Amino acid sequence: MLEVRNLSTYFYQEDSVVKAVEGVSLAVAKGETLGVVGESGSGKSTLALSLMRLIYPPGKIVSGEVVFNGRDLMKLSEEEMIKIRGAKISIIFQDPFTSLNPVYTVGDQIAEAVKLHQGLSRREAWQKAVEMLEIVRIKDSGVRIKDYPHQFSGGMRQRVMIAMALACKPEILIADEPTTALDVTIQAEILRLLKELQKELKLSIIYITHNFGIVKQMCERVMVMRRGKIVEEGRIREVMDNPRESYTKGLIDSLKVLNDRS
Amino acid sequence: MKKNKLAVFGLSVLGLFVLLAIFAPLIAPYDPSDIVENETLPPSLKHLFGTDDLGRDIFSRALFGARISLTVGLVAVIIAISIGTLFGAIAGYYGGLVDSAVMRFVDIMLAFPSIFLILAIQVMLTPNIYNVMIVIGLTSWMGVARLVRGEFLRIRELQYVEAARAIGASDLRIIFRHILPNATAPIIVAATLGMAGAILTESALSFLGLGVQPPMPSWGNMLMDSQAYMRDAPWMAIIPGLLILITVLSLYFVGEGLREHLNVRG
Amino acid sequence: MRKFIARRLLQLIPLLIGVSLISFFVMHLAPGDPTALFIDPNINPQELARVRVNWGLDQPIHIQYVKWLWNALRLDFGRSYTSGQPVIVEIAERLPNTLLLMISSYILTLLICIPVGVYSAVKKGGWFDNLFTVLSFAGMAIPTFWVGLMLMLLFAVQLGWLPAVGMFDPLIREKGIVIRVMDVLRHMLLPLIAMTVGSLAGLTRYQRAAMLEVLNQDFIRTARAKGLPERIVIFKHALRNALIPIVTIMGLSLPDLFGGAFIIETIFAWPGMGRLGVQAIFQRNYPLIMGIVMFSALLIVLGNLFADIGYALVDPRIRYEKK
Repeated sequence: MLEVRNLSTYFYQEDSVVKAVEGVSLAVAKGETLGVVGESGSGKSTLALSLMRLIYPPGKIVSGEVVFNGRDLMKLSEEEMIKIRGAKISIIFQDPFTSLNPVYTVGDQIAEAVKLHQGLSRREAWQKAVEMLEIVRIKDSGVRIKDYPHQFSGGMRQRVMIAMALACKPEILIADEPTTALDVTIQAEILRLLKELQKELKLSIIYITHNFGIVKQMCERVMVMRRGKIVEEGRIREVMDNPRESYTKGLIDSLKVLNDRS
Repeated sequence: MKKNKLAVFGLSVLGLFVLLAIFAPLIAPYDPSDIVENETLPPSLKHLFGTDDLGRDIFSRALFGARISLTVGLVAVIIAISIGTLFGAIAGYYGGLVDSAVMRFVDIMLAFPSIFLILAIQVMLTPNIYNVMIVIGLTSWMGVARLVRGEFLRIRELQYVEAARAIGASDLRIIFRHILPNATAPIIVAATLGMAGAILTESALSFLGLGVQPPMPSWGNMLMDSQAYMRDAPWMAIIPGLLILITVLSLYFVGEGLREHLNVRG
Repeated sequence: MRKFIARRLLQLIPLLIGVSLISFFVMHLAPGDPTALFIDPNINPQELARVRVNWGLDQPIHIQYVKWLWNALRLDFGRSYTSGQPVIVEIAERLPNTLLLMISSYILTLLICIPVGVYSAVKKGGWFDNLFTVLSFAGMAIPTFWVGLMLMLLFAVQLGWLPAVGMFDPLIREKGIVIRVMDVLRHMLLPLIAMTVGSLAGLTRYQRAAMLEVLNQDFIRTARAKGLPERIVIFKHALRNALIPIVTIMGLSLPDLFGGAFIIETIFAWPGMGRLGVQAIFQRNYPLIMGIVMFSALLIVLGNLFADIGYALVDPRIRYEKK
């Protein structure tokens, strides 16, 4: 459903070029969860943003194809790309505390996407927003819909982000380290929520993280990134049992250490 | 970087003005108080800036005026920085009631329409260049105080201050040796901006007749004289103002350049 | 919210008392005697003594202050030394003129600084941005009174398009209201521009900085990721956030605006409180000076308070509590 071929994104500094993503190719099938693992700076977030063409100067997507349902997203005009973002492919970000606009209500922000992409009226969109809050298991959705982001806890804000991302029933959800900023217990809830929603909505998820443990829980296939390139990929069991690269081994081992300790 | 070029430009202009001011007695073609013509002439080769209503050479007056403006600006800002740093350091270091008291005082001073206060003070005293410097300094330290207080509050919490205190260093030593040196960057930036402000204030005061008194030429009082002759001798009004503008602008450029260079936040 | 306002209003009182204390003592401790300016030097000493008693100048200074304070609290600021009119009346006659100028300046400033600042930020580094950055710096560096002079020079003296001084043409007092309003507007234009230039420059830079900071926030990225057109991202999501600090900054610029008013009114002979104040200073008209200082301080402090309230209203994080 989504096929990426040879994607490269560079950042142009004053006297140097940072090759954040280099020659990355991947594929995601319907309903599948692909994990993208790597340390900070490995280029995984840049990859995510590149898929949605959310790269701005000094960054530039220099080459590659992102074929989604038969169309190469890199060749679309900005107007056409806008119709894809939030509607067919959505993304949720890492920091729930800064990713929501503080001056608009939660309802406003969720309804906005729906109104835009599905042409619903104000009332219909608002209604949809309330439904979405329920879907992400936020209680008193009718009341809470009128609250501002700062009136929610971190975990709940992330749920709002998910509600916003899934409001238009996209086919792919890119999750860029959505639980890194949260407590471990909340993390588990969010992961569970995502898994449930994936089943309900037949969603494909690209899950980006530095934590192999999460990948093990959530994903069928995994891709390991290092310095902008893919160094290993395959089905989760295979990679974990037989990591080909020492780097991958290192990542897996660090997980084992943590697990052994606990 | 663009900011850098502007800063260099500002520094050069400022440097030029400073040199001209220092060497004014040598450079000035005429004595600033001498009446050298018996009419008011527009700028020409003989009189670069023309002559004023009394027939004095404006260029020479402007050179000496530069001395006044730059000196007043410098001294006033030094006074303001000293007072402001003192209050800010005390408030920021000791915190608590001392902090509240000092900041209350700052609030009161800030509630004054300062120009008005300065004017009032000036009219009570006999205005001359010395009390202009002092009065401007006495009424423009508040911003620096807040700034320094902020820096002290921030630095006070850092590790090495804790360490110094643990060793048993005295308050004074901690303030001067550990905290203050790290707070100098924003103070320097504030100083350039403060000097610009002081020059503007002095010129406004002199313009109203409550600053530097004639016949000592200040760009401000030259503008005061120019008012009656706007129709016939507009250059009298245009030139001193332009000089003030260029000087202040150069100071701003230098200040911005320093800010970038020293990594100071807005 | 109500508690917030009440608390701030309460804090006003010691602040204003502090202002009055400092002003009073500064003025009365200075050399020079108000009587000297008005009395015939040949007047006989008994007359002089009587005038001094009349004006309360024979009392020790702290008694004078307490008396002044007591009266001030009942809004009696004494009488002007020169006109004999109650200070309150003199101020009341002219305050509206100053407010007219200041409020117009405020509005004009907002109308210009917000679009220019926002556009500069959005098209950062472009020709518009570079041009207005230079203009902003120039605007901040220009002495306000010189702008006034130059405007007067060009438009009034050389071109004769606009009147140089005053607030209205005394000859047209009888004409209809529209003509009189237009006349005031004509007189107001130059002082208004002179007053606005300085604050406009600084505020435009602030607005630009605020907008740039907002554009760097994560939620802007989220907005784009939702598929919102750039137009909506900027005008709905970014702008609303960038307008918040402007409220506070404008409050903080109030003292400078006041300072500008004193000078501009004097240059353009605009019959406002500022001009009255400058004249009072030259006349050593203590009651009038004190009255004007107190009113200015009050307006400045109230302005700050309104700015803070405005900020609280405009930022939902402050307006609504966490749950």
